[in-house]
Amino acid sequence: MQLIKDKQVIQDDWLFISDDTPLKADYNIVSIARWQQQRNQLSQTKNLGLRLEPDVAIEDIANDLSHFQLVQLFFPVFTDGRAFTHARLLRSRYGFTGDIRASGDFMRDQVFYLNRVGISSFELNDQDNAQQIIQSMHDFSVNYQESAA
Amino acid sequence: MYQYNDKDQTLINERVTQFRDQTERFLKGEIPDDKFRALRLMNGLYVQTHAPLLRVAGPYGLLSSKQVRKLASIARDYDKGFCHFTTRQNIQFNWPALERVPDILGELASVQMHAIQTSGNCLRNTTSDQLAGVAIDELEDPRPYCEIIRQWTILHPEFAYLPRKFKIAVSGATLDRAATQFHDIGLHLVKNEQGEVGFKVFVGGGLGRTPVIGQVIKPFLEKQHLLSYLEAILRIYNLYGRRDNKYKARVKILVRETGLAKITQKVEAEWTLIKDQLELSAKRISDMQLQFTPPEYQAEATQDTSYSDSLVNHPDFATWVKHNTAEHKIAGYRAAYLSLKAPDNPPGDCSDSQLDAIADLADQYSFSMVRVTHRQNLVLADVKQGDLFSLWQKLLPLKLATPNIGKATDMICCPGLDYCSLANAGSIGVAKEINEALESMDYVHDLGDLKINISGCMNGCAHQSVGHIGILGVDKKGVEWYQVTLGGSSENDAAIGERLGPAVSKEDITPVIKTLLKVYVEQREHEDESFLATFRRVGVNPFKDKVYATY
Repeated sequence: MQLIKDKQVIQDDWLFISDDTPLKADYNIVSIARWQQQRNQLSQTKNLGLRLEPDVAIEDIANDLSHFQLVQLFFPVFTDGRAFTHARLLRSRYGFTGDIRASGDFMRDQVFYLNRVGISSFELNDQDNAQQIIQSMHDFSVNYQESAA
Repeated sequence: MYQYNDKDQTLINERVTQFRDQTERFLKGEIPDDKFRALRLMNGLYVQTHAPLLRVAGPYGLLSSKQVRKLASIARDYDKGFCHFTTRQNIQFNWPALERVPDILGELASVQMHAIQTSGNCLRNTTSDQLAGVAIDELEDPRPYCEIIRQWTILHPEFAYLPRKFKIAVSGATLDRAATQFHDIGLHLVKNEQGEVGFKVFVGGGLGRTPVIGQVIKPFLEKQHLLSYLEAILRIYNLYGRRDNKYKARVKILVRETGLAKITQKVEAEWTLIKDQLELSAKRISDMQLQFTPPEYQAEATQDTSYSDSLVNHPDFATWVKHNTAEHKIAGYRAAYLSLKAPDNPPGDCSDSQLDAIADLADQYSFSMVRVTHRQNLVLADVKQGDLFSLWQKLLPLKLATPNIGKATDMICCPGLDYCSLANAGSIGVAKEINEALESMDYVHDLGDLKINISGCMNGCAHQSVGHIGILGVDKKGVEWYQVTLGGSSENDAAIGERLGPAVSKEDITPVIKTLLKVYVEQREHEDESFLATFRRVGVNPFKDKVYATY
């Protein structure tokens, strides 16, 4: 899948697998429910990602973060700003150093903020122009707050 | 006043570029309506009944004469020759064209102004006391903290998509002139037992559909922790504030549904984790205080004798001084209110020529600065007593000298059905009618301190629920009706008005107000007992009985 990571357009194999679908060999992103049910089995895979919905209590999964190379923050709707806090806490409080990926209904005009709170990769929606999204991460050359990235 | 450095200027210039691009993409159909809506609101741009409305930030109500002249030129070049001052010390233009808004933002940026986060579900403009820095009852000037908060709020990456809007107000004086207890966060500068100055923090106040008085979440917060404490509250709100119903999404509902004790516990736990990372250094505070050093007051201002002569010889001037000026902490100076509530003026509106004249007067008499009050008037805060008479003479032909500050005709009023797409009923027309009914200035002065607030809908932009008399426009099957409340207050004795009874018709609202005032005059114990004090003593019944016996 084509996406933006660290301000570059790249391809990678990470994919969210819904709970009722069999897993791929590697690079699966799973829900919290699946992780909790199949924890032992999932721990065997080499590259594992976790999808977080906005209603997650991030402190509840903090101790499990070492099992994941990627955390995907899913936006059901672009106005739901909880993922902004989740990204920031993952980076600055829980020390997550893997990829944090934005997915779902976020928009180009939010990537400046999302990048600053620690999101490192962005799935592309159909109509998106990757170069413009990368450009939007540079909308501002100055800021008043620390970045968590 | 605060002067932008290169970083501040770069940021607002880049915001203009960003919004220009967003507007162009929207006009080309590249951004859908719902997404552009969120983006334009965060630049203060509403789509209204007749045209877009642009809300410009008035940082804690402080404007330079240069900025006021720019507002005048924008009113002339992009609007119909006037602007409107709001209850949150902001400035609104009612007729800009959408495609020209980026140009307006460019004009504003040239005088260190912007419209960032003046609307939308984000951190809004921080408001304060219009007498900040000059009030006699002030512990400390709140403006340096307001500017620190302003910078912290601007483009805060974590809190740009909150459940709902979020407003902060700061007061440094004994008398709360900034309605801080009706803000999502209210901050009062206070002294603790050790004599240190810090903040008393209120949370969960608000007006609108569900008016709530803020509660104390932190009786004393050391100054260095200001931003970390705000950040802790905002983080808890961003995570736990309701997002399923926009009428229940403000932090006041979170506080009410969760309970103050539990919210306090959550905020304190969060704060403990971050307080050392976001500490404000003493140097940061003192550097910011240097930006608000008092102007060069002249000690000889007290020696002027013309002022006392004019007070004796010109009774109209003395009346104006009594009602429209306030004491100043420097002897020989007073703060002068410019009333935007002349009888035929829509409350809070100001024309381009008035704005230009006000800028000139500020240059001549008040160190080139103008303040906006939360009751929609303006203040020249540093006028020598010897200049007051000539200032008054110049204000008269400008229709800015109506001696009604804090009186019955100094009404707070929203744009109402005439401009606003949310309104259910007219408000400017009602204000005008009440003004006409109270035509005798002597009667208005006899009524004493009286705050009448009129909103055209439940959203309560004109703070009707905290008016001594509140008037709320409601729609009943396509007809405009008005609900009346009594006894509200946004000051230290904060209170939400009590409903008088069933709504009254448009024809009856002005006669009803006249009746209420008549009852007050009959009921008051003596001439100095204010409307609010009388109401609190006698309760709603004498008012109710008289009104519903007739209407």
